[in-house]
Amino acid sequence: MSEVKLAKDPYNVIITGVGGQGNVLASRLLGGMLAKKGFIVTIGETFGASQRGGSVMSHLRISREVLASPQIPKGRADVIVSLEPAEALRVLALYGNPDTILLTNNHPIYPVGVIKGDMVYPPVAEMEAAVKEVLPAARFIAATARALALGNSILVNIIMLGALGRLNVVPFNREEFKEAIAARLAAGQLAINLQAFDAGYGMV
Amino acid sequence: MSYLIDEGKNASHLLMGNEAIVRGSLEAGINVAAGYPGTPSSEIIECFSQVAKERNLYVEWSTNEKVAVEVAAAASFAGLRSLCVMKQNGVNVASDFLLHLASSGTRGGMLLVTCDDPGALSSVNEGESRLFAQLLEIPLLEPGDFQEAKDIIPWAFALSEKIRNIVMVRSVTRLSHASGNVRFGPLPATAAKAEFHYSGPLLDPDTGPMIAMIVAAPEAQHGPQQEKMKRAAEIFETCPFNTYTGPAAPELLIVTSSACSLYSREAVSILGLTERVGILKLATTWPLPQRLLKKHLAAAPQILFVEEVAPTLEDHVKVVAAEAGAEIGGKIFFGKKSGHLPSLGELNPDLVLAALSRIFAVPYEGAPAAFSGAVKALAARYAPPRGMTFCPGCPHRASYWSINNAVKLDGRGGFVCGDIGCYVMGTMAAGFNTCKTLHAMGSASGIASGFGKLKQFGMGQPVMAVCGDSTFFHAAMPALANAIHQRSPFTLMLMDNRGTAMTGFQPHPGSPTNVLGDTVPALDMEKICRAMGAKVEVSDPFNLEKTRQKLNHLMEYADGAKVLILRRACALSPERRGKKDYEVTVDESRCRGEDCGCNRICTRIFGCPGLIWDGEKKVSRIDEIICVGCGVCADICPAGAIVRKEIA
Repeated sequence: MSEVKLAKDPYNVIITGVGGQGNVLASRLLGGMLAKKGFIVTIGETFGASQRGGSVMSHLRISREVLASPQIPKGRADVIVSLEPAEALRVLALYGNPDTILLTNNHPIYPVGVIKGDMVYPPVAEMEAAVKEVLPAARFIAATARALALGNSILVNIIMLGALGRLNVVPFNREEFKEAIAARLAAGQLAINLQAFDAGYGMV
Repeated sequence: MSYLIDEGKNASHLLMGNEAIVRGSLEAGINVAAGYPGTPSSEIIECFSQVAKERNLYVEWSTNEKVAVEVAAAASFAGLRSLCVMKQNGVNVASDFLLHLASSGTRGGMLLVTCDDPGALSSVNEGESRLFAQLLEIPLLEPGDFQEAKDIIPWAFALSEKIRNIVMVRSVTRLSHASGNVRFGPLPATAAKAEFHYSGPLLDPDTGPMIAMIVAAPEAQHGPQQEKMKRAAEIFETCPFNTYTGPAAPELLIVTSSACSLYSREAVSILGLTERVGILKLATTWPLPQRLLKKHLAAAPQILFVEEVAPTLEDHVKVVAAEAGAEIGGKIFFGKKSGHLPSLGELNPDLVLAALSRIFAVPYEGAPAAFSGAVKALAARYAPPRGMTFCPGCPHRASYWSINNAVKLDGRGGFVCGDIGCYVMGTMAAGFNTCKTLHAMGSASGIASGFGKLKQFGMGQPVMAVCGDSTFFHAAMPALANAIHQRSPFTLMLMDNRGTAMTGFQPHPGSPTNVLGDTVPALDMEKICRAMGAKVEVSDPFNLEKTRQKLNHLMEYADGAKVLILRRACALSPERRGKKDYEVTVDESRCRGEDCGCNRICTRIFGCPGLIWDGEKKVSRIDEIICVGCGVCADICPAGAIVRKEIA
């Protein structure tokens, strides 16, 4: 990974998903790496009542110049990383624009209305095709399948961070990730998280 | 070592607003912190507890917010620096003591930190704690960003000691739960000596007893309290946290505070209005710095107020403008009252952009309308909304299932009064719409106590109430005492999930360890209820039939208050998390799906996220990733199609 420059300032990244997927850890890991390198970082998080099976969203603002507000203005997300496909679309509808880079896990987590059979969650392949008609560069990757192959679905967030690293739009690298994750998790968990990061890196 | 006590020179960390408040307090040499959990404030006490040993702090989760203020006040009376912290609703609970404390004054610096939740993202209402500063007649400070959330705390402690009164510091969700870079200052030595001096003359601020008592003599204490506010107002004229950015004579002046100042700055910058619009960001929002305001009001013909929830800046700055009218001339005001900003919900850059775009007639579009329209249509089709529900394996789902069945079986039109915790979802489909009233902490028991006495007016409906274990100690006990004493025949279902679950498992008086990790006496709720005189039963909510039977039995018992303790740890609790009791599967050959007499009660009504309806195969199935193996669903399937196998 060569060092990347911000395409815009502030550069706006949204990490979204469903409560319990590790969305907040992903945004704090990323924010922490960037702050350490001297960027002015703001992370706005929406969790709380929504953390239990609800939509969760973190807004990351990365700048060399200003402290941006904890909420990205609508239509101004430069990157959307989603741990769940319907959440990717929900966030894209509010914060996306034709130049937004969209990277999402393709494994659905069903809302309670779908579980009950009151609503339908259409096949993700159909959603993917429809999204690509308006945003051809959108990427849907099988992060949950890969996480399960590594032994735990909770690794999805780290796989998605690895995939984000490969896109070369946010200035961080594997070494910085390793240092950040080592500072947060027990030593025994480092190897599997690095494996997950590398797996994600190889998926885009 | 926690990064919160990093003593490195020029240390800088990415901190949540709540963490910044903690670091600021440590730099101010705080000694005592007390609070009651509530989103978005809970991280503050937790962070203090992490550094309590290194920094010689006393930290506690108090029984409720009023007790938290009292505990912190004792430290102040003994000359220490202390802080009490709560969410907006907690200030309501604490307000009785706060009103008297504001009258007696304080000694060591003391702060009331409140974290408001505009938009009620994690609250049952959109409270507004700023109005309390006016009612209490105490100074109010609002930090505008993360660095300021740290820096303002030592300043606030110093102010408290200058005026000898409690100072309120208000944060909001978008500061408390957002993060930004914070440069650290030095940490002081931690030695502190506590002693309460009381031998001096009555009302002597340094040596007398601390007494709030102004019977028929308001001048004795209310007078000095008002003088303190005048001193604060004078200090606020030069407060370094009140800042102005913009031209000397702007076309429009934005008056704002807190996170709204960040939205304002961003909106002005996006619209390219930095040469036309000035932003006066106030950190001292009560009492207002009159001269500072007058100076900035004089320079601009139009004023826009950018603030959340109540129009308090808007109302009070207009008074300043009116009083100075002869000097500064008439102004055009925009804000909530003019309809340029909404009167409810939290603000964001887009709402400020819309207001400015309207005032200046500058068009603004976030993303091309054609693109947004197309994606919104896709989202409507492919992204079904995510309703709130209980977690997989949650004891509350099982409890409400049994309660609902008991009420139906009883057949007398009984109902349940709801209370505050995760179990507020008893008012929703997730809890089978079981709860029919919902208000404040502990109110279910008080309301139920009242309903229980309406028999003399012909009310024959059995009355029930719910409360959690933390809520029981917080506010339900006085209501239960009332019901027992008044022989009000209601049934309290005490949903004991072993901790203050909704806010992250904070301990309460029924817990065996406190926030510092010390072993402490755990108050036994069962014994307490019995000693108070209630008829008490205990049940495991995962045993659906037994729970239902016990509840029906208690509902029939008409003489006085009854308590059914539903004891089972939260699915996310340390003791249950990651542990499966059962391997649960659906035997597809036995599941009759929509043709079953139950009309697929398991997925359609029970609604556990771990059990999903397979619309293609027309059977229920277990989602292996989500299911936590509680096995409760096996008991609700009339066909015996859901099979649970005990995991050794």
